[in-house]
Amino acid sequence: MNTPTWVSLSYLVAAVCFILALKGLSSPKTARNGNLLGAFGATLAVVTALVSEDLDHLALILVAIVVGSLAAVPVARRVPMTAMPQLVALFNGVGGGAAAIVAGMEVPKTGGGFALVASLFTVIVGSVSFSGSMVTFLKLQEIMTTRPVVLPVHGVLFGGSMAAALAGAVAVFVDSGEGTTALGVLIGVAVASLLVGVLFVLPVGGADVPIVISLLNAFTGMTVAASGYVLSNVLLLVAGTLVGASGTILTRLMAKAMGRPITSTLFGALKGGSTAGSTAVAGDRPVRSTGPDDVAILLAYAQKVIVVPGYGLAVAQAQHTVRELADLLQERGVEVLYGIHPVAGRMPGHMNVLLAEANVPYEQLKEMDEVNPQFATTDVVLVIGANDVVNPAARTEGTPISGMPILDVDQAQNVIFLKRSMRPGFAGIDNELLYQPNTTLLFGDAKDSLTKVVSAVKGL
Amino acid sequence: MSQNMALLTLFVLSVFVGFEVVSKVSTTLHTPLMSGANAIHGVILVGAIIVAGHADTTWALVLGLVAVVLATMNMVGGFVVTDRMLEMFKGRKPAKAVDAATGEPPR
Repeated sequence: MNTPTWVSLSYLVAAVCFILALKGLSSPKTARNGNLLGAFGATLAVVTALVSEDLDHLALILVAIVVGSLAAVPVARRVPMTAMPQLVALFNGVGGGAAAIVAGMEVPKTGGGFALVASLFTVIVGSVSFSGSMVTFLKLQEIMTTRPVVLPVHGVLFGGSMAAALAGAVAVFVDSGEGTTALGVLIGVAVASLLVGVLFVLPVGGADVPIVISLLNAFTGMTVAASGYVLSNVLLLVAGTLVGASGTILTRLMAKAMGRPITSTLFGALKGGSTAGSTAVAGDRPVRSTGPDDVAILLAYAQKVIVVPGYGLAVAQAQHTVRELADLLQERGVEVLYGIHPVAGRMPGHMNVLLAEANVPYEQLKEMDEVNPQFATTDVVLVIGANDVVNPAARTEGTPISGMPILDVDQAQNVIFLKRSMRPGFAGIDNELLYQPNTTLLFGDAKDSLTKVVSAVKGL
Repeated sequence: MSQNMALLTLFVLSVFVGFEVVSKVSTTLHTPLMSGANAIHGVILVGAIIVAGHADTTWALVLGLVAVVLATMNMVGGFVVTDRMLEMFKGRKPAKAVDAATGEPPR
């Protein structure tokens, strides 16, 4: 390592920035500064690399950086808050792709040994992360179905492509990564790995997709660490390892919040069976539906109302209207709380972000454990665009959401569902709650319906 | 060999720091934290720059530049999107002290 001292020092500063950034992001007070510190560290690292490395094609590299920024910044700025999760998936995927390319190009230069193993690892895992993230992006963007997709002989295909990737990697290793045949095999390894990524994510049910994003995020972190080893770049090694380790913990925390062991989340569909419930058809069972005026009366004369917001609320951009309704009700002396499921929205914490945007007071947001004992003493629960998080199917065995902790809204006196249609939720299963006698449905766009309810309450 | 040992040491220590640093985080911050970590691994841009800058064939250069574009998207986009998420928390004091107020009178 004949790295100049100042370069090592500035990489060290960047690494410390990253650690402080992750630390800062763990607490609401320091989160924003933490992120800015991380951005500063990354910028410092890039500038250091640009200045210290004896680079050819500097102009082209700068152009590429500008192109990448122009592609990412406007999207990141303008994307609606509801679409954040898929954007994170997309950015994670391209990072994995970049790592795979970097390591792939180093393969002929490593001269064998552990560095070659590390670069082959990066090619495989980076490709998996890339294609897997793209599939999660398509699922969350609802370009493709959000339900688990299991191809015929899925397990065989998955195992086969995995074996092909590994066999190719071994062949390249034996060849010490040199020679022209190695190049062809290496491309084969990458293609097989891309296939592994697709097959890996396809069977994951919609509601589990956030966990997969987090896992793929950790994967990309590990590939960056391995690239750091290959390039003898200390910063990449430290930063990648930090993300890999913290990402693994975060994935476990998320899986715990959903009450599901990671393995069953990821391989549930492969084993078959876990998708059985998803074919349940809504059928023509009778439901009670109602109009905005009745809902307004029910709400206005209640003592206690709990709002359960879900992704549908976010899609309809109805968070401001909900707050307006809550304010009106509170003026009339109704106690209003929000019951927030840990994974309401599409990611843990997603709903808190969306409601904060609408200036809903922090004290009214109640987490699941806090709000669940209160449903029994609640007059009206207003479920807005949520489905899976209140679905009692989670309490029975053999459904895709079995074991997921839910909000016990069925214990309340009245349950009002604001729904667009009878379409099942993200997990693709029917909700028994909709057919219960104390449940009423108000069909329509959440924002529309709420606006009507608001004006009806005003007129009372 | 000593360099390998140094890298290994760094690796192991970083694993522990990574575990430690996020072990206590509220669900509210899971999404921003994931997004922030996602942006941090965008420093693969440093690797992409090195590889592109040392490319000796046209193909290698093209691939390297593609890696630079992708890595830049990861890094820059990642930090911007995280900042936007966190913007939502600004100006709000975490109301942890008010938690006792949930002791509503039983009805």
